[in-house]
Amino acid sequence: MNKIWLIIKREYSVRVRKKSFIIMTIVTPILLGLLIFAPSYLSSISSEFDQEERKNIAIVEQDSFFSDRLINSDHLKFIQIPESEKEIIKDNFEESSFHAIVEIIDANMINIISEKQISKVTSKEIESKIYQIQEKQNYKDANIDIQLLNTLSPQISFNSIILTDNGGETISNYEVKSVLSFVFGFLIYIFIFMYGSLVMRGVIEEKTNRIVEVIISSVKPFQLLLGKIIGVALVGFTQFVLWIVLSLLVANIAEVSFMERNQTGIFETMNDLLQNIDILSLSIYFLFYFIGGYLLYSSFFACIGAAVDNESDTQQMILPLTIPLILSLSMIEAIINNPDGTLAFWMSIFPLSSPIVMMVRLPFGGVESWELLLSFCILILTFLFTTWISSRIYRIGILMYGKKASLKELIRWIKFKS
Amino acid sequence: MKENILITKNVVKKYENHLALNDVSLNIPKASIYGLLGPNGAGKTTLMKIINQITAADSGEVVFNGEKLQRKHISQIGYLPEERGLYKKMKVGEQSLYLAQLKGMSKKDASKKLKFWFEKLNILQWWNKKVEELSKGMAQKVQFAVTVIHNPDLLIFDEPFTGFDPVNTAIIRNEILELKSKGTSIIFSTHRMESVEEICDEITLINKGKSILQGEINTIKNNFRNNTFEFECGTENLVLENFKKFQHSGNKYSVVIPDGYNSKQLIEEILKHTDILSFKEKIPSMEDIFIKTVQNE
Repeated sequence: MNKIWLIIKREYSVRVRKKSFIIMTIVTPILLGLLIFAPSYLSSISSEFDQEERKNIAIVEQDSFFSDRLINSDHLKFIQIPESEKEIIKDNFEESSFHAIVEIIDANMINIISEKQISKVTSKEIESKIYQIQEKQNYKDANIDIQLLNTLSPQISFNSIILTDNGGETISNYEVKSVLSFVFGFLIYIFIFMYGSLVMRGVIEEKTNRIVEVIISSVKPFQLLLGKIIGVALVGFTQFVLWIVLSLLVANIAEVSFMERNQTGIFETMNDLLQNIDILSLSIYFLFYFIGGYLLYSSFFACIGAAVDNESDTQQMILPLTIPLILSLSMIEAIINNPDGTLAFWMSIFPLSSPIVMMVRLPFGGVESWELLLSFCILILTFLFTTWISSRIYRIGILMYGKKASLKELIRWIKFKS
Repeated sequence: MKENILITKNVVKKYENHLALNDVSLNIPKASIYGLLGPNGAGKTTLMKIINQITAADSGEVVFNGEKLQRKHISQIGYLPEERGLYKKMKVGEQSLYLAQLKGMSKKDASKKLKFWFEKLNILQWWNKKVEELSKGMAQKVQFAVTVIHNPDLLIFDEPFTGFDPVNTAIIRNEILELKSKGTSIIFSTHRMESVEEICDEITLINKGKSILQGEINTIKNNFRNNTFEFECGTENLVLENFKKFQHSGNKYSVVIPDGYNSKQLIEEILKHTDILSFKEKIPSMEDIFIKTVQNE
């Protein structure tokens, strides 16, 4: 036990002190924090930005029906010009102060003339304004009371409400849950891959350095395997916690220094979004699947490391391992669409996909406790079984040099008695 | 009768399609240096791995200090494998401490002993350097220190001298001899026959998984004497009546004395013809014995 602890300590301290680890740990949250902050910042400055760019739109018409009724907005200023001026502007658009000319031929045909492609937003705004003016006029001509019409359009707010187990009701916020599902699934995927291959590279390193024989003469291969897997998991954990803390910090600093006081902050927004979601139990489940998935896959990764001689040989052996992971990832959308369907159920029970898929299902709240328990148990049992197999392959593989092991050999190694 | 630190009885180990060890029995006496000789692929390293419990024998028994070899004995054995390495990115001192602690030493004790050995081997100034900055010889010294650090009763060195220059070879050889004088038993394998003659007390020659020659070095050498004498004399054209079997190059002769004669008669006969400048019995070197025994198999 003491020896496993020593191994864990070494695996951890060596990796945590690496430059690449420190850089990754610091740079990622800055990017992430900016990513959280950027949208709200951009939207806060976009209005100022647009004001500077207020565009003049020339109106050409026989009378001044539209010109009188068009109201200037933040983005557009409408100016009626005489027919004669139109040609002058058309000849020399760049010099003129106009962005576009709206030429009203009659009530059924209007041309928007510009030199360059005008933006969708601008053309939409012009179109809808003119449409509304004409629509109003049409109602008036038909003697329809517009005020009455406005009161007649229905004002209904639709809420989808989900009954909770204790008889209460919650307001479902589907979008937030979908985002949460996706984030959970994706994080588990990244964690398994990043740290699983870290374990694999560690095994290969020990093998190619030939230090493994020295170590194996003082500890059991299984102790080395376990110590390595746990050590790397702790590295991942440290990185993860630092990421969360630092990202929030960066977002917070950015918010304080760039955003105006009267705007809703990121944290209040997040709080609003996450209400009605039991974030605490989700976090606990997340932690479980996070660890369970990593342990399951990293023992496979260690095995691959033990079975090959150098990193370039690992590619084709990793492939079968990535299939269930990538499949789960690509199924996220389908599962979000139907979180309690058959596909979602089976994939959240099957141990190789359950860490991702169950975490996608959980935010929607439709998972029965027996399903969760079943999925938990199967994951743990599979982990124990694969670790047993992996350690058998590992203990022989790490001492084999010179060639890549075939599947047949791997099976023989599993059966081999020590 | 000397006490034995390690006894192997009829050890058999089979790999996929060959027999690595076939019925190997050894008695390794305490406080001696025991040479494990044999051509490449003879099974020496396999035997060492069995003693270190890295791999297990298919059948047979290994007894350590009077007890059946068990996991707990690991801390009383030090092993320097032939395929040895270190973590390249770790610092020398830190890494040595780690490896020493894995052998069950406390950090304080390990640190004290490592400093002692590092000073002795003149590598203390490398304590804070990364292993990748060391030369091969330096790294070997670190490995040597880590192997002996926990004062094991039995040390196993697999080809300890490869990679060392003559100066460092001498340093390591002296350390091995000193360890022996302090009561440590040592098994070591090598291809370098001159080092076998210099330091081994007993040997076993293994070929194709079988022990084909065992015993004390001097006894073995005596057994391999074949009554051959070498002498230098005053002529290059010597003709001897009773001793027909001889070779010569210039005035140096090598003669096998046939049954019924002895060296005295040889000298007398030479003196009839010429003077003798030198005369001695040819004692076979371990290298000769090695080659002869392996080829006769």
